[in-house]
Amino acid sequence: MKKKRFVTLRKFIRNPLGVIGMLILIFFIVIAALAPTLAPPQWENEPYRIPRSGFSPTPKPPDEEHPFGTTEGQYDIYYGIIWGTRTAWTVSLIVVGVSAAIGLVIGSVSAFYGGIVDEVIMRITDIFYAFPFLVGAMVITTILGRGLDKVMYALIALGWMGYARLIRSDIIRIRELEYVQAARAAGAGGLRILVRHIIPNAIWPVVVQASMNMGSIVITAAALSFLGVGANMGYADWGQLISYGRNYIIGLSGNPLAYWYVVIYPSIAITLFCLSWNLVGDAMRDILDPRLRGTQ
Amino acid sequence: MLSYIIRRLLMLPIVVFGCILLVYIVMQFMTPYQRVSVFISSPNELKNTDIDELVEEYGLNDPAWVQFGRWVATIFKGEFGYSQAAQRTVTNAFARFIPVSAELALWSVVPVILGGILLGSASAVRHNKLFDHVMRVVAIIGWSLPTFVAGLLGLFVFYGILEWFPPGQIGIEASAVMRSAEFISYTGLITIDAVLNWNWFVFLDALRHLVLPVFVLSFVSWAMLLRIMRTSMLEVLRQDYITTARSKGLKEKVVIKKHARRNALIPPLTVAGLTIAFMFSGMVITETIFDWHGVGRWAARAAQTFDMPALLAFMLFNGSLIVVANLIVDIMYAQLDPRVRLQ
Repeated sequence: MKKKRFVTLRKFIRNPLGVIGMLILIFFIVIAALAPTLAPPQWENEPYRIPRSGFSPTPKPPDEEHPFGTTEGQYDIYYGIIWGTRTAWTVSLIVVGVSAAIGLVIGSVSAFYGGIVDEVIMRITDIFYAFPFLVGAMVITTILGRGLDKVMYALIALGWMGYARLIRSDIIRIRELEYVQAARAAGAGGLRILVRHIIPNAIWPVVVQASMNMGSIVITAAALSFLGVGANMGYADWGQLISYGRNYIIGLSGNPLAYWYVVIYPSIAITLFCLSWNLVGDAMRDILDPRLRGTQ
Repeated sequence: MLSYIIRRLLMLPIVVFGCILLVYIVMQFMTPYQRVSVFISSPNELKNTDIDELVEEYGLNDPAWVQFGRWVATIFKGEFGYSQAAQRTVTNAFARFIPVSAELALWSVVPVILGGILLGSASAVRHNKLFDHVMRVVAIIGWSLPTFVAGLLGLFVFYGILEWFPPGQIGIEASAVMRSAEFISYTGLITIDAVLNWNWFVFLDALRHLVLPVFVLSFVSWAMLLRIMRTSMLEVLRQDYITTARSKGLKEKVVIKKHARRNALIPPLTVAGLTIAFMFSGMVITETIFDWHGVGRWAARAAQTFDMPALLAFMLFNGSLIVVANLIVDIMYAQLDPRVRLQ
């Protein structure tokens, strides 16, 4: 097992795009970890509240005090981006972790019991799939109210189905393989076979899917903030920053670049974050996807 | 084939019923006073009445299953209440906003499907060559660029700096032409109406307004389809029958187009339903950014103003459309792959 993992690692290093993605991710981890040093909070107990200098709606260009300038309402863009990195990590790790766990359990139950249980569970996932992710999340957060915790509930409620389907189809495929039948012949119980022999082999597509979803979860959470139903006002969140800058995107007549900083900085942050996860996920899929093995 | 379609059609009511049930469960998170709004069809009804009476009248304190039955009945009558965000009944609002969104969707679907499938299979044929790497990077960037970032950056560059593509659905002059007596509105879709009226000025103006939103809306789905088509095509190209086709001396072009690409189409088709769902989400953002007065922008405004009747109807509308789209996809799937029919 250990040796095989090294092979995977070596294959990963040979994929330059994957390595670039990994480096950017490490960069974001460092920023999140050093946030209190990079941008000391104004209120000790509320580090996620973006400090504002005044209430004027017009953004101010970067200067020494505000390295990335201020956006609508004089929120400091630099502070919002540094602490927004922590927000992005929190949201993506919790949402992807919890929804993958839920999907894993539901999918395994579905495949393990089969028959009518399987049919009912799969129809339920069909129903959940009928609602577009963002639209469903928008409705749920509107009902639950603003706040990042509610955004996470909504995203988890609508995010587990993909994992459930993936693990189910993989378990069904692996269940028929010879080594599983060998384990059964050796007298292993059904649950033991599932947990010890099938799931460890069926989990890789889920891992790849989870890594690809890390970025898209951050995008959806930011989109909710952008639409005004996500994080609380003034909360350090990239989508929120973009939403503040939205009205200033066109600039002044004669000087279209007047307010370039209000959208460019947060856009770079969010796009880089998603890009790096997708690069890592894409590289992992090429290595782990058994259908593509041997295509060089 | 017919029995397959009938079996699938029998599943349809179950899934639609499930969608209605799910929306109903979501509604239970609200107080009876908030839920009253779903039953009111104009603000005038609220004059001279006590809200408690209304709660009583619509039976919102009854047991949940009684209310559910009643709610399903109103849905089948087509009554969804009054939308504060649109200042009209939900049914009216749909009639007004759907053509706008349909126009956007119509122009986006074509580049997504053609671009995704053709470029995806081209990447697979040139596996690990320069073209494949370029397409991989473009697709990953497309996949990583949030719709609202792409939209705002598009406006920043192509409207703010270059002034090529303005926001909105139509310019002032073209809109004046459209309101004149000679211009007959057949479908409500501006580009189609302009062609039917033989009015190229309106048509070109509408196209100019379409470029950015269509690009923004289709880019993400396009990238997704491209990647899936590429994987599928790579898999097909390794099959024995492709080697057979080559060894019997067929031209490479025929092998790729006739033998490989057709069989590789199945997985992309399976995700086509997902692509449509993705477009709905994108539509909310795209219409908000480009100020298109369509269904998506209405839903976004409904969310901001806590306009629950509109949101619930929108959710139900999306749900049913996706269920129907998935059904069509499944039927096409069975048409393409005979093995599916026999299961």
